[in-house]
Amino acid sequence: MEDFYREYILDHYRNPRNRGVIESPDITYADSNPLCGDEIQIDLLVKDGLVDDVKFSGRGCAISQASVSMLTEMIEGKPIDEVKEITKEDVLELLGITLTPVRVKCALLGLKVLKSGVYGIEAAEDEDL
Amino acid sequence: MTVITGTRPSALDVDAIRADFPILQQERDGKRLVYLDSGATSQKPTSVIEAMDEYYRTYNANVHRGVYRLSELATARYEESRVKVQRFINARSAKEVLFTANVTAALNLVAYSWGRENVGKDDVIVFTEMEHHSNIVPWQILAQITGARLEFIHVTDDGYLDESDIQKVLELRPKLLAVTAVSNVLGTINPVRELAARFHEAGTVVVVDAAQAAPHMPVDVQDWGADFVAITGHKMLGPTGVGVLWGRRELLQAMPPFLGGGDMIREVHLDHTRYAELPYKFEAGTPNISGGIGLGVAVDYLSALGMDTVREHERELVGYALERLSDVPDLRVYGPPAEYHGAAVSFTLADIHPHDLAHILDQENIAVRAGHHCAQPLMERYDIAATTRASFYIYNGQDDVDTLVTALYRAREIFRL
Ligand SMILES: Cc1ncc(COP(=O)(O)O)c(C=O)c1O
Repeated sequence: MEDFYREYILDHYRNPRNRGVIESPDITYADSNPLCGDEIQIDLLVKDGLVDDVKFSGRGCAISQASVSMLTEMIEGKPIDEVKEITKEDVLELLGITLTPVRVKCALLGLKVLKSGVYGIEAAEDEDL
Repeated sequence: MTVITGTRPSALDVDAIRADFPILQQERDGKRLVYLDSGATSQKPTSVIEAMDEYYRTYNANVHRGVYRLSELATARYEESRVKVQRFINARSAKEVLFTANVTAALNLVAYSWGRENVGKDDVIVFTEMEHHSNIVPWQILAQITGARLEFIHVTDDGYLDESDIQKVLELRPKLLAVTAVSNVLGTINPVRELAARFHEAGTVVVVDAAQAAPHMPVDVQDWGADFVAITGHKMLGPTGVGVLWGRRELLQAMPPFLGGGDMIREVHLDHTRYAELPYKFEAGTPNISGGIGLGVAVDYLSALGMDTVREHERELVGYALERLSDVPDLRVYGPPAEYHGAAVSFTLADIHPHDLAHILDQENIAVRAGHHCAQPLMERYDIAATTRASFYIYNGQDDVDTLVTALYRAREIFRL
């Protein structure tokens, strides 16, 4: 258990990075885990195909909050195309702990929200063409 | 007050009871199972499991139809259960005892059958802020269908129904009040008898969700004086998939059927049907026969213990739990003191999210529920996303509370508190 709730996980939980909302985001998406009511919103500013700014809000358990906090750190300044390529495995590796199936859902909520957001904008761009 | 505190001081023999529950005999990593989630579903004693098994092995047949021995036996056992439930809730007649799939189905039956016939545009439907979603959503749907208006009784900081709201809604002379007898989150025991009397004076039909009451304390539908009372088998030692709706006979007789089909008819012609008498009018289709039989045996088990004794045991145990929990730093309990508190105890611990807490407790083989407990309006009321809930039953003792409290201190350590 100590191994599970490692220092850096608790640190991200208690001192989340990039917490907040963006005034006029280019991308915003929110979703919740109906099982526990946890919810996450991610706002992005995109400039020249790069993530210029990212913020998240909502609430959840240490695993979901730490996971989304780390995820936002990871994508800052990254090309949106690369963000799209992020996989479950990447996020789980980032967390660095072994999770049971129920807790995997917690860990991946942030990624789910992020992907829904960035794919949404892709669809919108396609329409512009 | 509808709480009947036991006159018999004899606490339950928890060790003897545990021996009746096969699931409690297991260990994980040398730790016995501390099951504190009976509010979600109770464990089942051997007698219930064996009765259902016996049905399938030795007299499996459909009910109410066959003229052969097996079918007669199955029908007799199934109908015996109805009578057991009737006695258990002190209904005047077994015809008032309808088998349903669960409490959700029972409440929906009232909403669709009684509601669509009796609720009209601008009528007022009232429910409370502490209801389970299954005693909220059917009324919202009914309001959408009929154009009725919804009004609410809110909950006070310490977990009681707000008296000023009760007075306010009474003045509206509502068509219907839906209220839980016992909150599945706060544990609050509501004064059902008093509410039924007051709302009847306003001409209101009173529907009681007794899902968290029937397993834990005497339920006397005649004493309560409500119009409909819904219970669910799986929270009271019975199997899943069987519940009960009790309704006042005059109301049930006047109501149209809910589901149409086999078993609920007297005669069917191509262009019309005459419906069966009570309770069959509301029991279309092949019922959950093994479930009904199992529920009857569950009721036997509880009746043998005595529901006053069960209540007394849990009042003592919850009192002990509330006391022990109050010593844990940064722990907040939601809900009233033991006297008005049913078997469910909800709490939060510092900044530890209930999911994390439940996960940590699981390492000690303690099963608790973490989440919104299908009561999201109540979570909003207290401005929390979730709580951790320990809910107690006849097989829980003070040792379970002690194990829980030790694990909570462990959780504090893990979270560096
Ligand atoms: C107060 C209350 N009402 C209704 C229900 C729903 O019960 P069921 O799922 O058996 O219909 C529950 C159980 O979760 C409950 O605690």
